[in-house]
Amino acid sequence: MALEREFCKWSYCQKPPVETIETDFLIVGGGMAACGAAVEAMAYAKQLGLKVTLVDKAALDRSGAVAMGLSAINTYIGPENPVDDYVKYVRTDLMGIIREDLVHSLGCHVDQSVYDFQEWGLPIWQKDAEGHTVDGQVARDEGLPLLKDGGKCCRSGRWQCMINGESYKVIVAEAAKNALGMENIYERVFIVKLLTDKNNPNRVCGAVGFSVREHKTFVFKCKAMLVACGGVVNVFRPRSVGEGQGRAWYPVWNAGSTYAMPAEIGAKMVLMENRFVPARFKDGYGPVGAWFLFFKAQATNAYNEDYMTKNWERVKQEYPGYADSPGTCLRNHAAMIEMREGRGPILMHTDKAMQELAKVLSKKELKHLEAEAWEDFLDMSISAASLWASMNMEPDKVPSEIIPSEPYLLGSHAGCAGLWVSGPSKNYLGAPDDWFWGYDRMTTVEGLFTAGDGVGASGHKFSSGSHAEGRMAAKAAIAFILDHKDDKLEPGQNIDDVIAEIYLPFEIYEKYKDYTTAPDINPNYLRPKQIQSRLQKIMDEYVGGIATMYMTNKPMLEEGLRRLTFLKEDAQRMAAADLHELMRAWEQYHRIIAGEAHLRHILFREETRYPGYYYRADFPSIDDNKWKVFTISQYDPKTNEWKFETKPYVQLVK
Amino acid sequence: MPSFVIVEKCDGCKALDKTACQYICPNDLMVLDPEKKKAYNQEPEQCWECFNCVKICPQQAIEVRHYADIMPLGSSTFPLRGTDSIMWTIKFRDGKTVKRFKFPIRTTPEGSIDVFKGKTLPSVDDLRKPGFFTGPARTE
Repeated sequence: MALEREFCKWSYCQKPPVETIETDFLIVGGGMAACGAAVEAMAYAKQLGLKVTLVDKAALDRSGAVAMGLSAINTYIGPENPVDDYVKYVRTDLMGIIREDLVHSLGCHVDQSVYDFQEWGLPIWQKDAEGHTVDGQVARDEGLPLLKDGGKCCRSGRWQCMINGESYKVIVAEAAKNALGMENIYERVFIVKLLTDKNNPNRVCGAVGFSVREHKTFVFKCKAMLVACGGVVNVFRPRSVGEGQGRAWYPVWNAGSTYAMPAEIGAKMVLMENRFVPARFKDGYGPVGAWFLFFKAQATNAYNEDYMTKNWERVKQEYPGYADSPGTCLRNHAAMIEMREGRGPILMHTDKAMQELAKVLSKKELKHLEAEAWEDFLDMSISAASLWASMNMEPDKVPSEIIPSEPYLLGSHAGCAGLWVSGPSKNYLGAPDDWFWGYDRMTTVEGLFTAGDGVGASGHKFSSGSHAEGRMAAKAAIAFILDHKDDKLEPGQNIDDVIAEIYLPFEIYEKYKDYTTAPDINPNYLRPKQIQSRLQKIMDEYVGGIATMYMTNKPMLEEGLRRLTFLKEDAQRMAAADLHELMRAWEQYHRIIAGEAHLRHILFREETRYPGYYYRADFPSIDDNKWKVFTISQYDPKTNEWKFETKPYVQLVK
Repeated sequence: MPSFVIVEKCDGCKALDKTACQYICPNDLMVLDPEKKKAYNQEPEQCWECFNCVKICPQQAIEVRHYADIMPLGSSTFPLRGTDSIMWTIKFRDGKTVKRFKFPIRTTPEGSIDVFKGKTLPSVDDLRKPGFFTGPARTE
């Protein structure tokens, strides 16, 4: 059955009122990167008389990946570490292909954001004069020097410091809110489409979205824009089968808008084949970092064999040159060997680690340690603590299962999917000429910037780095605005048509809902949840999800693409009964575009660059001769075609 | 269900200018039933269990019954969030084990952050140089 294209003629759904906001710099998103951009932009905008506007689909206090809090800042270089070593660590972890200009410049800036967080009130654990660990409040009460004045944080790993981070996002949001003023912040407005200039289709000039609280459309017109709406979650079928689907490791509301909206106006993407598969405490997805690094816990297979020790010689032979120091995906790979060969589950021996520490600690110190172990979960993945309680598990008495999760697409954690952006300056550290086109972190679309999960080929920024990167991008965006003061911009798109397209799921629902007795089962449309379940199934079964233990090949990918193409067509028949569902509809659409980019990139890269994240079974090795390159794609929504190119990786830090 | 609302305790935030849980939920899950004037979680399988609705509810009317496909019944995890610290009470399924923890959450008064206070605002020239208005970038 060929599907006839539906159009919204406002016959069944009432046309919403439109509010148009003219601004200079528009920030789309409300997480760490967006909040960083807001404060830095305002430092300049205040004096220059420029207007900065932020639009967020949630409430700024608790939006983004840090909504629940965090138990650590994972990127703080500190005076004891050279930035070059940070670059080398990121390079090793991301299997040799990163943009070192981006990673290095981020490394030079990130500590200032950490200093600011502490000044704003984030409690950061510190070491006192005797070398004892104290929490972030005691550190202030005891008058220990701030990190910026030489105070020492409590390292869990070389780059990480522990925090009391329940209110991390509230603090960062408060700084952004007070800098911007609430009159310049639009909460609960979901941006769906970007606008480009009539005379220059490669120039962004606005964005269109809708309120999820009232029947109202928002059109933003701007000179420059930052899109920073996080990564992609629930694009793959998750391990959970019911309510637990919400317990994604990364925030469940991250819908790939950061990639899909720029892609739809032609922004180039890079390394979209990359993904992150976090190995975490099973089901609750509690963090493992502190257990490995801070409590020195060991992880084994079911038979008490350390899977790293056992498999590392094999991993070195399989991936020569890449296993000298264990990166995240290769550590996953070592655990997956055990799982595939039937020696699971993988266990984190929290019990043994705590018992070892008990030998050297006083009772009071031990009590403190127990609280630290629980806080690690309560600050950032509360369900993981509840899981212990629900199964009567005390971490000092019994081990806990860990498991590699469903895949996630992101650019700020141990992954590097994202947009292809300009470096910080011409030939930064000797970077090639074509890594810089005028403005730091600008995408290939003029005036369109990104940060955090949006910037590809440079992972391991985490919360602090995303904040810093938002600030860097904001400065460049303000410079861009000053350089383009006299540009007369006019959207090339017909705004009424864009609005009609956005509300089409309403029109379709109202038009057809009474045809059947049950609104969920109707041959004329799909509801967002149904779109999502099909997308997750396709991605899982054909694109290397958990069903195949992260394995795929060319025929599987091609079949996946065939099915995904049908789904993309069916997405023109999305139906939504209310504003909440309308948001879900467009979130699924963004997920489809991001998922398609991921699939096509995996198909393009004929090697297994990230073993432990995914495997091309037909090309099981790393092939540096052909594939030590950035894979760059560009989508043309008019022709529905994707173009691919490669650019060589260039090492800047020796 | 993640988060659930106790009928007897929820007053629909009628004395406030907005429904607190609806305002804060990052995933737009909490809604106010217009007839009953009680809040509920409209999409439990999309709940991250971030506890932000639990923490913000002025009536302590919201708790979490953890994911049915994962967790046995009978335990509870409950926070009391103040202005500078948070208290957690965790009760195990066995009915005997109870853990209580208190952690600091911020070292400055709520609402007090002024990012420009005491800072020299940057000049236009600084736009194209490394560094932030609060401090320089490392040079190496």
